[in-house]
Amino acid sequence: MPSVRPAVLALQGSVEPHLRALSEAGAEPIELRRPDQLDDITHLVIPGGESTTLSHLLDLHSLARTITDRVMAGDLALLGTCAGAILMGRDDDEAPRRWNLIDIGVHRNGYGRQVHSFIGDIEWISGPRSGASEGVFIRAPRLDRPAAEVEILATRAQEPVAVRQGRCVACTFHPELTTDTQVHRWFLEL
Amino acid sequence: MNDQFSTPLRAVGSDDEFRTKVGLAEMLRGGVIMDVTTADQAKTAQEAGAVAVMALERVPSDIRRDGGVARMSPVDKVREIQATVSIPVMAKARIGHFVEGEILQALEVDFIDESEVLTPADHAHHIDKSRFKVPFVCGATNLGEALRRIAEGAAMLRTKGEAGTGDVTEAVRHLRLIRSQIRAVTQASPDELMSIAKELAAPYSLVCQIAKDGRLPVPNFAAGGIATPADAALVMRLGAEAVFVGSGIFKSEEPLRTATAIVHATAHFDDAVQLAEASSGLPKAMQGLDSSKLPEDERLQVRGW
Repeated sequence: MPSVRPAVLALQGSVEPHLRALSEAGAEPIELRRPDQLDDITHLVIPGGESTTLSHLLDLHSLARTITDRVMAGDLALLGTCAGAILMGRDDDEAPRRWNLIDIGVHRNGYGRQVHSFIGDIEWISGPRSGASEGVFIRAPRLDRPAAEVEILATRAQEPVAVRQGRCVACTFHPELTTDTQVHRWFLEL
Repeated sequence: MNDQFSTPLRAVGSDDEFRTKVGLAEMLRGGVIMDVTTADQAKTAQEAGAVAVMALERVPSDIRRDGGVARMSPVDKVREIQATVSIPVMAKARIGHFVEGEILQALEVDFIDESEVLTPADHAHHIDKSRFKVPFVCGATNLGEALRRIAEGAAMLRTKGEAGTGDVTEAVRHLRLIRSQIRAVTQASPDELMSIAKELAAPYSLVCQIAKDGRLPVPNFAAGGIATPADAALVMRLGAEAVFVGSGIFKSEEPLRTATAIVHATAHFDDAVQLAEASSGLPKAMQGLDSSKLPEDERLQVRGW
């Protein structure tokens, strides 16, 4: 994959597991903290972490703006997991402010506090793989009311948990916390 | 595969409950967890970009000053803080006080800190953390202590720097010691591991795991004495995976600015230009106490074993 230059947003959160998954998928990811590092990046992962913290740190150097501009221009693919998915969703006036990159509602802590975190099966419909796989849900958000242009990639109990719009992919669970790297491999092909 | 990122995934092969506990610890990495005693302080912490707040009755510097028995935060305070912020809420329980742990679990706090900053309830036994659904963080001054806490079920560790002093030196010592002890384990030959386990008073299986992975099986954060953006960056540079700040924020002259600056510095710990920016225009940090001058009975890190 010579033309693929992936990065993981490394301001806060589960950065290292994503770096590991991308490396295992054969890529050479960098840790991204500043807007100038984004210039030649083709694929960016927004990891799980605290979405309010990430939002705060992303605004500090207008990094959020640089990222969304590049995505709008069509030359940056994004994968957001958990907190990352929250930021990519529809701006429904909930804090932190969403980026409107995927037209779907994303509600924080949709399953409740940490005692309600769980590992359970998810069903893949399209995208990275088919069949069931393990989903790690940590204080996970929940998705609702997807617009028609949003493709549902995976569900749990009939509810979407992984979605895609254009080159933006959002998962409410943590593929980086399993040894299955199919989501990362597929993302690098986008 | 790119060697730089070949670090093994943590908690693989553990049961699902332990994996979700370590999973939350992973999500907090690179962040700042702030001690708060009121809902107002919690709100300030969230606004500054804290990844979590730690509810406690009194901040450590006040515990040092006023003495008395320091206990779990009042239940009503924990509830108020939970109702005020959307970030994870942690709370401290006394060492060995498993009933305080059960109460905090019933309140659905997101993490429990079995903490030497509070007055220990049991001088011989720590809480059996494996029977709780809520994850626990515990302090450790060295590798043996770290592995004993993990064996009891802790999903996150932190240094036991001298809380409430504003003096980072003990946290630094614990980070460096654990790092050098891990290095020694990885360089030992397999037939030396049992005697290392004996010396450390740690489970043999965990020593073998360290030898194989080259790092702790759960994240290790820094706590105790961190008072400035530079302190936060220092402990991150020494391998801490996130930072707890206690008295350093709400005992400073302008808590919101201090908190924001420490969050900024923790995220950009490896970039001196950013650190200079984060440190500029800050009010005076807390006064602080030289931790080497503390009398033995005022040293908190010797609580627990």
